[in-house]
Amino acid sequence: MMSRTALDLWVGIFVAIGFAALVFLAMKVGSFSGINGSESYRVEAAFDNIGGLKVRAPVKSAGVLIGRVQGIRFDTDSYRAVVQLDIDKRFEFPADTSASILTSGLLGEQYVGLEAGADVEPLKEGDRLMITQSAVVLEKLIGQFLFDKAAEPAAQ
Amino acid sequence: MNGLFAGLAAGLRHVGKLTIDGIWRLGFATRFMFAVLLASGQSLTRIHLTIRELYFSGVLSLLIITVSGLFVGLVLGLQGYDILQRYGSADAVGVMVALSLLRELGPVIAALLFASRAGSAITAEIGLMKTTEQLKAMDMMAVNPIARVVAPRFWGGVLSMPLLAALFSAMGVFGGWLITVVVIGVDDGAFWSQMQAAVEFDYDVLNGIIKSMVFGTVVSLIAVFEGYDCEPTAEGVSRAITRTVVTSALAILALDFVLTSFMFRG
Repeated sequence: MMSRTALDLWVGIFVAIGFAALVFLAMKVGSFSGINGSESYRVEAAFDNIGGLKVRAPVKSAGVLIGRVQGIRFDTDSYRAVVQLDIDKRFEFPADTSASILTSGLLGEQYVGLEAGADVEPLKEGDRLMITQSAVVLEKLIGQFLFDKAAEPAAQ
Repeated sequence: MNGLFAGLAAGLRHVGKLTIDGIWRLGFATRFMFAVLLASGQSLTRIHLTIRELYFSGVLSLLIITVSGLFVGLVLGLQGYDILQRYGSADAVGVMVALSLLRELGPVIAALLFASRAGSAITAEIGLMKTTEQLKAMDMMAVNPIARVVAPRFWGGVLSMPLLAALFSAMGVFGGWLITVVVIGVDDGAFWSQMQAAVEFDYDVLNGIIKSMVFGTVVSLIAVFEGYDCEPTAEGVSRAITRTVVTSALAILALDFVLTSFMFRG
């Protein structure tokens, strides 16, 4: 009987260490994103071009993470990309908030940046953001630059 | 000419025999799996049997898992720092170490170590019991050997595998922190904050745990089956142990590819 309690002690230590490692991984290594389906509201925004935006990309306002991209689909009526954004319930935005697709750093991932407007009405579930700015496409930027260069001598 | 045909026929016969044997074994393994699952109710009501196996496959694997995790973390930290500092982003070494451990190396290496440390022991034990006709004796005393011997070992392995994988990953992150922050001098705050920003619990950590659960189930099943199915001789037991380690390693690596392609498609 004595040996069995010693065995139980070791198994208890093993299970405790295993769960401690799990808690460490959950709390210290990863952070609970804290943004789950139940605590968020969903709004839509249509963009001419979303560049390299991916599902689950961050939604930020003033650099702070406030939500995630839930889905991206192509609207065949307007030929634009419709991006669904899940925004944390704690953060309320005016109805005329604008969305733009930005890049973190020079080579970083793309995210959706929200800029608050001045409307007194708050954004509600299912609303659509009216003012959007597309992702910067490098080819278009270079094309524009070359076009401007070519136009310069003619102006003089 | 006749000799050539005879040789060809013999070769074909051999291939056919191997194929039929393989399929036969697969069928028996499937039936065995259902027998274990059906008999496991009994092993969970007599929990002390499972606790005993948890000790043998879990507690006794603690040392090798801890030490290996630490060394893998140390190596990941060194290599990650060496590569990332070329691009001026040495701060991201924490992200690299944590993600590669949680998603792949933690579950896979822990499962490989578990298969060679605990899986081989399970096969040897059950195989020797079969060789010395203990399983047959149990059957004669109306004790179901699958419920009494096999199911507790199976569940001991299934339960201890996720805990061991989590411990491996945690030790690896600690090792990576030790070499990059303490020894090389990467900023402590940047190491943890970048890691926490990039690693998500319900994506990276949870998928790693699911992987280790799958690996634990597969390795335990292979180990008990090879032991139960072994040829009841000294040579047969040794061959069964080899098969456990080889089959487990192949199953782990192949399943890891399948699981990764489902989980992390971006």
